[in-house]
Amino acid sequence: MDTPLLVFNEKGIYCEQADVYIDAWRPVDKCIVTHGHADHSRWGHKQYITQTNNVPIIKHRLGEISVTGKDWNETFTINGVKFSLHPAGHIMASAQVRVEYKGEVWVFTGDFKTEDDGLAEIYEPVKCHTFITECTFGLPAFKWEPQAEVFKDINNWWATNKSEGRTSILFGYSLGKAQRLLKHLDTSIGKIYTHGAVENMTEVVREHYKLPETTRITRDISKEEIKGNIIVAPPSAHGSTWIRRFVPYVTASASGWMTFRGARRRRAIDRGFVLSDHADWEGLLNAIDATGCEKVIATHGYTDIFARYLREELGYDARTEKTQYEEESAEIDKKIENED
Amino acid sequence: MKQFAQLIKKLDSTNKTNEKVSALTEYFQNANDADKLWTIAILSHRRPKRPVNTTLLRLWATEISGIPLWLFEESYHIVGDLAETIALVLPTSEEHSEKSLSQFVSEIIELRTLPDAEKKKYLHDNWLALNYFERFVFNKILTGSFRIGVSQKLMTRALSKATGIDEDILAYKLMGDWTPEKTTYKKLILEQNEEDYLSKPYPFYLAYAVEDNFQEDLGPISNWSFEHKWDGIRSQVIIRNDEVFVWSRGEELVTDKYPEFQNFLKEIPNGTVIDGEILPFGKGEIGNFNALQTRIGRKNISKALLKKTPVILNAYDLLEWNGEDIRQKPFSERRKILDELIQKCNCNEIGLFLSETMHFGSWEEASAERDLSREKRSEGLMLKRKDSPYLVGRKKGDWWKWKIDPFTIDAVLTYAMRGHGRRANLYTDYTFALWDEGELVTFAKAYSGLTDAEFRQVDAWIKRNTLERFGPVRSVTPQHVFEIAFEGIAESSRHKSGIATRFPRILRWRKDKPIEEANTLDDLKALIPK
Repeated sequence: MDTPLLVFNEKGIYCEQADVYIDAWRPVDKCIVTHGHADHSRWGHKQYITQTNNVPIIKHRLGEISVTGKDWNETFTINGVKFSLHPAGHIMASAQVRVEYKGEVWVFTGDFKTEDDGLAEIYEPVKCHTFITECTFGLPAFKWEPQAEVFKDINNWWATNKSEGRTSILFGYSLGKAQRLLKHLDTSIGKIYTHGAVENMTEVVREHYKLPETTRITRDISKEEIKGNIIVAPPSAHGSTWIRRFVPYVTASASGWMTFRGARRRRAIDRGFVLSDHADWEGLLNAIDATGCEKVIATHGYTDIFARYLREELGYDARTEKTQYEEESAEIDKKIENED
Repeated sequence: MKQFAQLIKKLDSTNKTNEKVSALTEYFQNANDADKLWTIAILSHRRPKRPVNTTLLRLWATEISGIPLWLFEESYHIVGDLAETIALVLPTSEEHSEKSLSQFVSEIIELRTLPDAEKKKYLHDNWLALNYFERFVFNKILTGSFRIGVSQKLMTRALSKATGIDEDILAYKLMGDWTPEKTTYKKLILEQNEEDYLSKPYPFYLAYAVEDNFQEDLGPISNWSFEHKWDGIRSQVIIRNDEVFVWSRGEELVTDKYPEFQNFLKEIPNGTVIDGEILPFGKGEIGNFNALQTRIGRKNISKALLKKTPVILNAYDLLEWNGEDIRQKPFSERRKILDELIQKCNCNEIGLFLSETMHFGSWEEASAERDLSREKRSEGLMLKRKDSPYLVGRKKGDWWKWKIDPFTIDAVLTYAMRGHGRRANLYTDYTFALWDEGELVTFAKAYSGLTDAEFRQVDAWIKRNTLERFGPVRSVTPQHVFEIAFEGIAESSRHKSGIATRFPRILRWRKDKPIEEANTLDDLKALIPK
């Protein structure tokens, strides 16, 4: 085949044969969207194709758009190219895109994680020849603990704060991380309150996903009522005037970047929990192995380092491609906010 | 180790001084004496000598982790801390060690003498027997000092709370070259020692910078005494019981670094405490602060160095006289005694000078004197109310500093390095260059002065405009101009540009300036006082 099945051009990942983009970063006619985070589902495409459960999510974010929902593993053919969506485990309704033409199979992961988080559809390994993978945490320094352990720590932290008469404020991105936190908070400790941005998104995903009861923080809710309970808020609320009304409080952030002591200290967060919606080092390597692929294209994260490791140590035909998904060059603080 | 690791974790996970103090206090109330002593030692930068060099540490850590060395190095550059990187890349472990801190430290001390194969085995076994944070702490003891935002002062405060011993006395007890191997917690901290009081300094009185339009607020100028603000090391020299003690403003006992001052015993009576500035004094005149650098860093002061860079004490104030604390007397009275003392003795012979007081009839006159500061090698003027007592710490009202404006120059950003600690993985340490015959020549490094938001902006730009990488350093496209401020300037053979600047920092980002309009090396040289 002359042109590769998928190419990276100035607008996004492009399939020429089908004239379709995947996660384009500039407006295009037809775009398959892997998940609802802003850097993957951009505004301005004429037609969106995405996983059915993601439809309300991107509609909430992008307004009235023309969008078609596809079921998991449902094959749809465009000009002879077979496409299907498979769970990526990153957040609710996040998908990998499988692309097949004349017996050649490519898979684009979007963002993914291999651990079952109890909310997102579980990551499904898909056999392919060429695997286009993210590698946000593609360094051996990143190793996630099982989430049960992390949530034990988070719930203990909440209980301790409560016993000291302080409110717990937990930061997590409004879509994905926030709901994962909600899902596993131990409501026998207290009540869960939410920042408006988190509550709005949570209302949308409740249509397809079961989540515990939450209370939106409004002006009518007194500080005394909230005291000792937990607030889930987006990272941008950190250091805002909104947060000051909850004194005395303790803050924590849940992100893969909390692996680095420096990242937490720089943001002056009291506590950092290492909890990510991306695959860690082992997760990435296991995922690649499970696809049985020969070629790997690393798109965002520590791409150069990760691709070199795949080439030199594991013998893959691995290279990197530039995309506009949270690049390596995007600095960490922004990553913490937009991670996952 | 568990207890110590938990302490470090607590200290590391809060930015609030009170919480740090209470975590330390609790630790000092509960830990055993041997662990307490080692904790004090480690937090006052008295770690045991490094038993294994870092090359071997990296090598062994990569072997156990099963990753290539280059990948370890890449990870290290990104993490920014060796102990942390090793702890992260090693296989996960959930073990806890029951061994105490002091036991670990004695093993580490013993490790130095063992052959490499046994060192490797020891590290292997212990790395895998510790959980992540304990492993990190263990590596910190192995590799370097703990920089976790706990100053010696903060630790001393906690120790004072836990023991009920006065903070200043503890500060003194912790001075000097003790090591945990040669003393015990009981001996070092708990036992009464008459000598503790003999060398005790008074807390320094520090001034704030003057505020806008201060002249109107200060009342009649006749109420004020003026002095130059000398650029050296603020110190207290104590003469008691035929002994001399020299304390720096950092409350560090530095007697051994300035043997010249032993001569004070010849002329100054016991029961005298002088507040002053240590100044370099080669060629019979006040030298540049740069000359002092050679004296500050050295542990052993050689005769050659004493001859090359002699120092004097320029006296500002008298705090104790005839064994009596006279800090409550008015400044003018204290100075009167001091002036008489220095004038009547052979003070120049013993290296004791007076910081001359001046009195002005108008602010214009005072301002004219301030303009002479650079020539006189001072940093500006000090304003002291004539009837002011000697207060404790930094206080507004009676004393003010009226510094001259810093030197400034517009330079081009050429290299950037990742920061450490809080700034790990952010490019925050910059190298700046000036034009010299069409080329950019490095003249200074600076890593402060920008806001966090600006640092993030520059960091993002650097990552997109990197020319070459050298480990943690990147060369960048010359494109941005920054105004650099600095306090002092002197010729230097150690610098590529031939110029050393003192305390360079970024004043602002000159987004309005193209690099062609940055200053030249000749512009910089023109700033050197004649």
